Amino acid sequence: MIDVRAAITQAHREEWARVVAALTRRFGDLDIAEEASAEAFATAVARWPADGVPPNPGAWLTTTANRKAIDRIRRENKRDGKQKEAQLLSDDDPPEPPGGIEDERLRLLFTCCHPALAVEARVALTLRLIGGLTMPEIARAFLVPESTMGQRITRAKAKIKAARIPYRVPAAADLPARVSGVLAVLFLVFNEGYLATSPDTDPVRHDLTGEAIRLARLVRTLRPADGEVAGLLALMLLTEARRPARVSASGELVTLDEQDRGAWDAALVAEGHRLVRERLATRVAPGRYQLLAAINAVHTSARDVRATDWSQVVALYDQLVRLDPSPIIALNRAIAVAELDGPEVALAAVDRLEHPLAGYHAYHATRADLLRRLGRAQKARAAYDRAIELAGNSAETAYLTRRRDQLNLDPPQRS
Amino acid sequence: MQYLVSVIHDSASLATPDEMAAIDVFNDRLQAEGHWVFAAGLAAPSSATVIDNRDGEAMVTDGPFLESKEYLAGFWIMEAPDLDVALKLATEGSKACNRKIEVRPIL
Repeated sequence: MIDVRAAITQAHREEWARVVAALTRRFGDLDIAEEASAEAFATAVARWPADGVPPNPGAWLTTTANRKAIDRIRRENKRDGKQKEAQLLSDDDPPEPPGGIEDERLRLLFTCCHPALAVEARVALTLRLIGGLTMPEIARAFLVPESTMGQRITRAKAKIKAARIPYRVPAAADLPARVSGVLAVLFLVFNEGYLATSPDTDPVRHDLTGEAIRLARLVRTLRPADGEVAGLLALMLLTEARRPARVSASGELVTLDEQDRGAWDAALVAEGHRLVRERLATRVAPGRYQLLAAINAVHTSARDVRATDWSQVVALYDQLVRLDPSPIIALNRAIAVAELDGPEVALAAVDRLEHPLAGYHAYHATRADLLRRLGRAQKARAAYDRAIELAGNSAETAYLTRRRDQLNLDPPQRS
Repeated sequence: MQYLVSVIHDSASLATPDEMAAIDVFNDRLQAEGHWVFAAGLAAPSSATVIDNRDGEAMVTDGPFLESKEYLAGFWIMEAPDLDVALKLATEGSKACNRKIEVRPIL
């Protein structure tokens, strides 16, 4: 019984996107593909415990989903008084298209990440149709009511159909721009997984980070020489590697300087480092993801926080600021500057960001930490209060609260 | 599949001679490549008249049905196999007429 459940979980992980993709290609309709795939998996849950796991679960699921789709189309045709059955009669197992499963999933990915769709819809569709996450899971991950998420996905699918957003990997000339759109979606999915913004979910959501990595690997099979694809994959791997050390047993966020580096996933670190070295060797000017990956490579190369090459980190941030002059990058640069030039210099840089970042919890958390290190406990406390108010992640809230409560407010400090 | 490609503009100024020339070149290409169905420029929204005869008693009103800062200045109807092709054409059309463009499928 446990084996059957494991087999279903594994089939869902490995076959979901392939079933959806095969049906989309056959019926040209994402709605039918999604619903019939979900029905096929539900049938597996009902039948496999008694009938046993079929020898080829993927083929069984595709065939079952095909039948469900045909049933549904027949029902709808009957209701609409249409007679279009002939084309649906044969062909239970359409042959794999040339290029195979990977190409099918890529096609689906490019359709879900099409620039004509709203960004939130791209993220939601990718998680639903390729990641196989359920609607409630996606709604929870992005902190919106289920009905809102349902409408978002339904609307996006309707637009794909009505405007005829094509189901294919874009032409070579369009690929660079389209791939960069896909990377943006994958980065959003990963970040939401790595620091979930809701207080009601797990602080780190491996389903999201894992899916983002899986899809980044898939895009890399299409564009192995694309520096930003490699960069994003490396960035995700080097971040994911630290996941085991990121939340303490008591559910508190553990910052980089306090993490048990022995708990990091050495294989992921090694793979990430390999990708970063590969990009450095090309001598091509790095893009945003490659620079972020390089920064993470410096962190994950250090035995402990004192051994970190902070001048290298700041130099990489300087390059990054030139590419992306956003205040969030400037904030992260200031955190590195604190290690190199001291908290006083860093605080001055952070304070200059107040206007754009006043509503961002990390701005206040960074200020609080710098003020604490400078012994300005009163001001640090106020900054922690504001950061706690704005933070959504439960592990981060726990960490900030402990830090605030450990402030030495007595005797009164200069402030 | 046909798409309505609307030209959106926010002033009453007509296309300049340079813009007109670029639009002509673009239209020639649409025709040569089989994307052309129809195109037209529209007079200013202030010249519009609205009629409502839903009750069988025609109400005639002066002016556009929607007052807004941006309005429909002209349109193409294009033939394209899918949205990617339509968007690519619209991207070039926007450059040619030097205006913002909306692409909408025709049922």
